[in-house]
Amino acid sequence: MELQSQHFTRKAVAALADEAAAAQRDAMALFTPVVREAAVQQFGDFEALRQHVKRIRRHSLDNLDYYLARFELEATNNGNQVHYADSASELNSIVLDICQQHDARKVAKGKSMVTEETGLNDYLKRGGLEVIETDLGEYIIQQAGETPSHIVGPALHKSKEQVRELFLEKHALGERELESISDLVGEARSVLRDHFLQADIGIIGANALIAETGYSMLVTNEGNGDLCANLPRVLIICTTLDRILPRGEDATAVQRLLVRSATGQPQTCYTSFYSGPRRETELDGPLETHIVLLDNQRSDILASDYREMLQCIRCGACLNHCPIFTASGGHSYGWVYPGPMGSVLTPLLNSLEDTAALPNACTSCGRCAEVCPADIPLPDLLRDLRHQQSQENIGSPRWRMGLRLHAWVAARPGLYQFLTTRVMSILNKLGRRKGSFHKLPFASGWTDQRDFPSPQGESFMQQYKARRDDRE
Amino acid sequence: MSDSSAPRVSLFVTCLADLMRPSVAFASIRLLEQAGCIVDVPQRQTCCGQPSYNAGEYASASVLAKQFIEQFEDAQYVVAPSGSCAGMVCEHYPKLLDGEWRQRALALAQKTYELTSFLSDVVQLDKAPAVMTELPTITYHDSCAGLRELGIREQPRELLRKLCQVEVREMQQTEVCCGFGGTFCAKMPEISAKMTDDKLRNATATGAAMLAGGDLGCLLSIAGRARRQGIDIEVRHVAEILAGELYSPAIGEGE
Repeated sequence: MELQSQHFTRKAVAALADEAAAAQRDAMALFTPVVREAAVQQFGDFEALRQHVKRIRRHSLDNLDYYLARFELEATNNGNQVHYADSASELNSIVLDICQQHDARKVAKGKSMVTEETGLNDYLKRGGLEVIETDLGEYIIQQAGETPSHIVGPALHKSKEQVRELFLEKHALGERELESISDLVGEARSVLRDHFLQADIGIIGANALIAETGYSMLVTNEGNGDLCANLPRVLIICTTLDRILPRGEDATAVQRLLVRSATGQPQTCYTSFYSGPRRETELDGPLETHIVLLDNQRSDILASDYREMLQCIRCGACLNHCPIFTASGGHSYGWVYPGPMGSVLTPLLNSLEDTAALPNACTSCGRCAEVCPADIPLPDLLRDLRHQQSQENIGSPRWRMGLRLHAWVAARPGLYQFLTTRVMSILNKLGRRKGSFHKLPFASGWTDQRDFPSPQGESFMQQYKARRDDRE
Repeated sequence: MSDSSAPRVSLFVTCLADLMRPSVAFASIRLLEQAGCIVDVPQRQTCCGQPSYNAGEYASASVLAKQFIEQFEDAQYVVAPSGSCAGMVCEHYPKLLDGEWRQRALALAQKTYELTSFLSDVVQLDKAPAVMTELPTITYHDSCAGLRELGIREQPRELLRKLCQVEVREMQQTEVCCGFGGTFCAKMPEISAKMTDDKLRNATATGAAMLAGGDLGCLLSIAGRARRQGIDIEVRHVAEILAGELYSPAIGEGE
């Protein structure tokens, strides 16, 4: 997908101006934390599970080479073909090659953020294939020619009315009402049914790869993943190598954490484990299965100070709890992954320079880290990215120089007190009567949207010294 | 007072209280003295380095952190009328610094407190230093750093009820950021303003005439936005209210 993150602020301002869409995001921001909290409370000791899974994820990443080799061995023994893709384009060409080997014409896809990252759909379309997204949200945005606005709910930015208009326009089904949500879901279901039956290739993602068995795990609510996996002749599982876990019970631990954090459900409707192609005695399932493991910078992240980011299980809780995500909307982030996790991942998977706004789209409020099921210190990682920006002279030199000057003066208490005393005294004289300033030189960022309260009077240090001197 | 068992507190004034609102620092001294503490004010303190740190200017922030540690590490207690400034010392200095400095930072973190948590949890202040004038209903704004880094939530509310016999009415979404975020509010002003508007809407919906909080950064930003939008709510630091120092106009208001 083309990177647009340099326009974050401009896009966010535009997103705020669309009042209906902004109100829909506000409503989601009220709703999603409540359902997550209820699920967490119901679970019992959620924190213990969180720390348990964090240890598992860390252990898996620390021993990635071992578990990857084990996974490959087991998966191959199960009859899968395992491929490694170093880059996005490598994954795309591996997948297209498989499709071409089978003279495939139609691909049915389950939801996969990894293939959004690699831009697989466009690549396959250019290769002459018809690609149908089968997750309802993904299907909607594919019909609309848009990209996901949320990693769990890709079409959360769409209203019921917009989906209705879209279906009436895109589906040649004649006159019909489509008034209720169940009408809309029903229509999508019936349209998609044919695609499932016609597809030559199924492509899905994975929420976990299990080293000891070579299985992969997928959680969905619509069952579309299973149809993609079982109806077409060939199944391709596209995921990244950091999804690896040692044992089956580790995958189910991740599942318990993931689902509650993502949607507030105790279980998704479907949790599926895929072992490999149809065996001789079996009546259904794909005849051939491929697992494509994408690296795309993950090994570099593993070797960097940002390795904790690889613990992410893609639940979207950080998005749901981030007021900046709510204000801006997912599309403003300008790439595949939005919100706090996206503001860390997007610079790491692209370039720090082209994504300069993202690490700054944070007030360090810490709400994301508080709910992150993988216990990733997202505000710390974002601050570290700002540090790296500063070291590489990326971003506004005015801010950087201003802050350095402030720190330089603050490291000289005598000078600091001399200067601040005078500045505050002038501001106080000018602003005391009205109480605040509508405009102020050197503070246009502040006064753009809010008045600048006038200082109360002389500085505390000055007043305190005067009172003390009086006493002596 | 020369009681040798009295807690000795070094006041970490914070630069915003020093420059923008000295009444907060004077109120803090009054409250600490009322609680029986002996208060001193290290005279060469400036800024703890939080703005630099948040901007990723770690080198500058380290210089200021070390300066702060040197100025305060001999104190018995360090108390600041700000959750984010106390959080900077307690949570972030140990992350920012290495080696011997980290050890010194950790030692300092052990004895550094935000004002209301110190008054509530350590010295258990139960009597106001002044006869209270009648106060309007108050809604309390939790600042994120205080809430999440230091776990401050009940302490200021409890003090307001106990010392001022005032009604504290909870607003919706009290755990959501007000949009200040230090330089964030000036770097992304429109997004910040939206967040502050949400906060102000939730605050005014309670019917409270006064919004209190423990962090001047948030309060200056909220008051500034309220002024800009013509929203009538009195914004004050909790220390001023607890100490009964309400002579000066509320934040952002004229004489």
